[in-house]
Amino acid sequence: MGVRPSPYGHTMTNRTFVLACLTPLFIFSLAFLALPLVRLFLESGSGEAGWAIYLDILRRPRYLNTLVLTVLVSLATTFAALAISTTAGMFLSRNRFRGRGTLLSVLTLPLAFPGVVIGFLIILLGGRQGLVNQLTPGHVVFAYSVIGLFLGYLYFSIPRVLLTVMAAAEKLDPALEEAARTMGASPYRVVVDVIVPGLMPALIASGAIAFATAMGAFGTAFTLATNIDVIPMVIYTEFTLSANIAMASALSIVLGIVTWALLLIARSLSGSTVAAGG
Amino acid sequence: MTLRVTNTAKTYPDGTKALLPTELSVAKGEIVSLLGPSGCGKTTLLRIIAGLETPDAGSEIWFGNDNVTSLPVERRKVGMVFQSYALFPNMSVRANVGYGLKMQKLPKDEIESRVTEVLELCQLQEFSGRAIDALSGGQRQRVALARAIAPRPRMLLLDEPLSALDAALREALRDELAMLLREFHITAIFVTHDQDEAMAIADRVAVMSHGHVVQSGTPEELYRNPNSPFVAGFVGNAMRLEGKVAGSTLHLDGGELALPRDGTGHNVFVRAEDVQIDTEGPLNGKVESVTFFGTHYRVGISGIMTDVLTSTYAGQNAPKVGERVEVSIKPEALMLLPEGAEI
Repeated sequence: MGVRPSPYGHTMTNRTFVLACLTPLFIFSLAFLALPLVRLFLESGSGEAGWAIYLDILRRPRYLNTLVLTVLVSLATTFAALAISTTAGMFLSRNRFRGRGTLLSVLTLPLAFPGVVIGFLIILLGGRQGLVNQLTPGHVVFAYSVIGLFLGYLYFSIPRVLLTVMAAAEKLDPALEEAARTMGASPYRVVVDVIVPGLMPALIASGAIAFATAMGAFGTAFTLATNIDVIPMVIYTEFTLSANIAMASALSIVLGIVTWALLLIARSLSGSTVAAGG
Repeated sequence: MTLRVTNTAKTYPDGTKALLPTELSVAKGEIVSLLGPSGCGKTTLLRIIAGLETPDAGSEIWFGNDNVTSLPVERRKVGMVFQSYALFPNMSVRANVGYGLKMQKLPKDEIESRVTEVLELCQLQEFSGRAIDALSGGQRQRVALARAIAPRPRMLLLDEPLSALDAALREALRDELAMLLREFHITAIFVTHDQDEAMAIADRVAVMSHGHVVQSGTPEELYRNPNSPFVAGFVGNAMRLEGKVAGSTLHLDGGELALPRDGTGHNVFVRAEDVQIDTEGPLNGKVESVTFFGTHYRVGISGIMTDVLTSTYAGQNAPKVGERVEVSIKPEALMLLPEGAEI
């Protein structure tokens, strides 16, 4: 496929050469991706419950609720990050002002921190000894709740979305917006009809990254999640504390499948809107 | 609707003067072209008329009896065709053409019938369901035009509407565009840097240079009576005859020419098609180059003035390079423009 018939009859040698080049990738995929995954899957069925362990996850509130919570926090993070970063990204790509570079580097700073540090920052802000608690008369502690988790996830999702959106915003043809405006479109219609469709591929791509990162985030959750649980935390406790390797494996598989399925849905939805529009 | 632009200028925050105080009026139904080299301010003027740029204080733009100077672009009701066409890639041809009507919140069936009518006018019926990226350049241009006129704008503004097309297509679409614009019976202004395009489409051409309108008139007027060396050179490529004017005679290196009137204080210009190779001619020179263009030859002659003088030769047997030729220029073909009018 894609190999043009060569007038010199070198087609076969070319193909062999390309295959030879792909061999390291093939070996790597097999060794570090396929084999561990197969092993992980087999491991999940090796417990006392056998393959019924997957039913167990769905039946026991501890697992199912955690799974639902993880998905909900990740979705909320993704949409909030998309909303904030799209607005900020459009503004930053359209305007040149003093301090723009500094602002941009501050906004992308979270990329430099591991999850643990971000969790720590949230505790400094909303923990028992945190800034908000000290400044307000009431007892405001949110670091260890879903809100703290959401803020932490949001903090590290923003730069990932922001950079992608800015790159896409710079490629938008300004004439498209001007055309809509000459035809009487309000600023709101310009956003809905021109900017969002133009940014859609970038929003899907960066949203997917934000979502997948939030689903698998461990460091932040490990620091913050004393009252609540997310799936990566449960996998860790099952594996290290309970030595329940089968359950840890099964949860890993479920986490992977849920994330992958949601990303697939997002992609096909976006594909169909583009097709329907065209 | 008539358009009147008075004292309109544009200075950018960095001090660049894109447009010097300019006057322009366009009669109802008139098709006016703003012609000039890049950076002359023609697009800025068009964008000020559209409402996409804010002019300097003191500028005034009147649409008929409405002063629209402070009216935002959304409420000026102009139709605009952009250089890149700026068609919405996420919408079909039909949705693109209907967009302005949708923004006016017209009833659905009215939008449908108006879109169908405009698509027919622009011969786009068969493409109505297509995606924008499945259209050719010429089809896109027609969609852009259809989209601009569908909401019945007060005026149509076109920014280099043909420059995105390749040369062969451009010429064919130029005539088509001229025809369509006349069918719409709409006041139209279009910006171009191509003199052929301006002359073929417009009723009146405003030639611009360095931020202001140098001369405005019908294509014939501009061609026959340019008011400055710039217009003479830009419209029809006139050459300056470098010689000494003495009364009504021009002394050149290769001979003497009679002027139509006293030429003191004037520079003399001529176009290649008025330079005739003629055995009786008063000027004498040597053929430097001969280029065949199908309908005519372009002959470069040296020795008449410092620069090469170009002549258009329409006959069958063009002179050969190196031959000596006699050249004549009719006095009425010479254009006398005051010295120092260098713009």
